[in-house]
Amino acid sequence: MFDIHAHLGLHAEALRLRAARAELIAENLANADTPEFKARDLDFRAALAAAAGDARGVSLATTSPRHVGGVGTSSPDAPVRYRVPLAPSLDGNTVDVQVEQAAFAENAVRYQATLTFLSSRLRGLMTAITGQ
Amino acid sequence: MSTFKVFDIAGSGMAAQSVRLNTVASNLANANSVSGDERSVYRARHPVFEAVRHALGADGAAAAAVRVRGITESDAPPLARYEPGNPLANAEGYVFAPNVNVVEQMVDMISASRSYQSNVEVMNTSKELLLATLRLGQ
Repeated sequence: MFDIHAHLGLHAEALRLRAARAELIAENLANADTPEFKARDLDFRAALAAAAGDARGVSLATTSPRHVGGVGTSSPDAPVRYRVPLAPSLDGNTVDVQVEQAAFAENAVRYQATLTFLSSRLRGLMTAITGQ
Repeated sequence: MSTFKVFDIAGSGMAAQSVRLNTVASNLANANSVSGDERSVYRARHPVFEAVRHALGADGAAAAAVRVRGITESDAPPLARYEPGNPLANAEGYVFAPNVNVVEQMVDMISASRSYQSNVEVMNTSKELLLATLRLGQ
């Protein structure tokens, strides 16, 4: 049976993670003037690796035929980390607005790239269905 | 859909920055509101921001919006000016001017307007991405 999730691959997960990262950076920018606010960001590589593990069903490495293989589960919470600020500020805020704006722009471009990948997958699927 | 949270967050940031702009306007407008009494003179006001975390998503992830916790009044002493001709002057001939530092207020205004702009930018970009997502597969 055809599995649309397998066809879309990791791109569907990547889109979800990009949206989550956009949200975190929007939080940082909204709280750019909040005392004691600590900027956070998503560790995208780790998050995507966890998502890939979920999608493919990571199993334990077996070095002997008598080993029992287990299916691993990734941690449910996305790997969100605190950002290390470039310069300390007196009010305990660690948001660097320029850094956050650059990260947001980068994330937006990558989101669009993922969208392009997804839509080409869908177009291929439509071609296969209509046969034209 | 979690992307809609971005609009809430950026919206809260814009609301907070507009409160800040309002206090700056109030301070600048009252920069010369003198009084004959040291206690009743206008004092510079400043909003205090606070991050509010509430679990909005089904995944339990906390979104941090911003809100104005309160508005503080500056403790700096008002400036006493000797103006015996002023009808508001006290018995010794002094009037008290607000402790508003105009330069500080202008800097605050620029900072607030830049922060507001970056929130607008976030909202615009998110809107475009969301619209592109809606057009997916068409």
